Amino acid sequence: MVPLSWYLIVAALLFCIGLYGVMARRNAVAILMSVELMLNAVNINLVAFWRYLQPDLQVGVSWAIFVIAVAAAEAAVGLALIIAVYRSRDSVVAEELDTLKY
Amino acid sequence: MTIQQVVFILISLITIISAIVVVTDRNLFRAAVGLMASFLGVAGLYIILEAGFLAVAQLLVYIGAISILVIFAIMMTRRLMQTIESPFNSQPVWGLIGAVLAFLLLALVAIRTWPTAQYPAPSGPVVESSVQQLGALMVSPDAYVVPFEVASVLLLAALIGAVAISRTEGS
Repeated sequence: MVPLSWYLIVAALLFCIGLYGVMARRNAVAILMSVELMLNAVNINLVAFWRYLQPDLQVGVSWAIFVIAVAAAEAAVGLALIIAVYRSRDSVVAEELDTLKY
Repeated sequence: MTIQQVVFILISLITIISAIVVVTDRNLFRAAVGLMASFLGVAGLYIILEAGFLAVAQLLVYIGAISILVIFAIMMTRRLMQTIESPFNSQPVWGLIGAVLAFLLLALVAIRTWPTAQYPAPSGPVVESSVQQLGALMVSPDAYVVPFEVASVLLLAALIGAVAISRTEGS
């Protein structure tokens, strides 16, 4: 059988790849994709803990479903914002969106 | 090494390699396809963990909806498909250092708190009627009926918000 820590390592790796994407990508759409990767890593952890520690309760799975629902809402609003910003600024590069800075 | 471990490693490799494509590829469209492959790998992990309902939800919501939404956003914003510019902002090295440190910290905590020797396999079988139980939990007042309703309001708000934000003036 696969030990629990293997799942945790894979989830940590996926989370940190997403974290790197959020910190280092220029494009706002790419940043949003990296956030989705991070949310997926959290879900792997939730389901792995449910399966290995509490398989008779459905707590982990229900939380994962709520995470999926929130991720869907976040993607819809985030992409709408990116398209609205693109219309007014003609750019989706996160570093060029600095109106609030000055 | 058992067959289950081999399958786990293969699916994890698919997930991780396509995630690396997502964060490093110059071509955003290729990154979006990598995102779909990564979601598929995560669905495979759910299947190994015997969470079949969640694997199907992952396929429907992430691959069926979110990836398509991302691809639409990529196609609707010009200049995105250009591959001449660097895909990174001014701080890729610091980002990499931060991400590697975060991974080391998370891996250390995971290995020390849940050692491989103590948790080699699931503590018991999944109950037969787990999807039924899940459905009952979602609408039971003692469990998740309030978060369930809040999630539906959130999705409605996101729907209206997305339309309100992205519509053009005067239309």
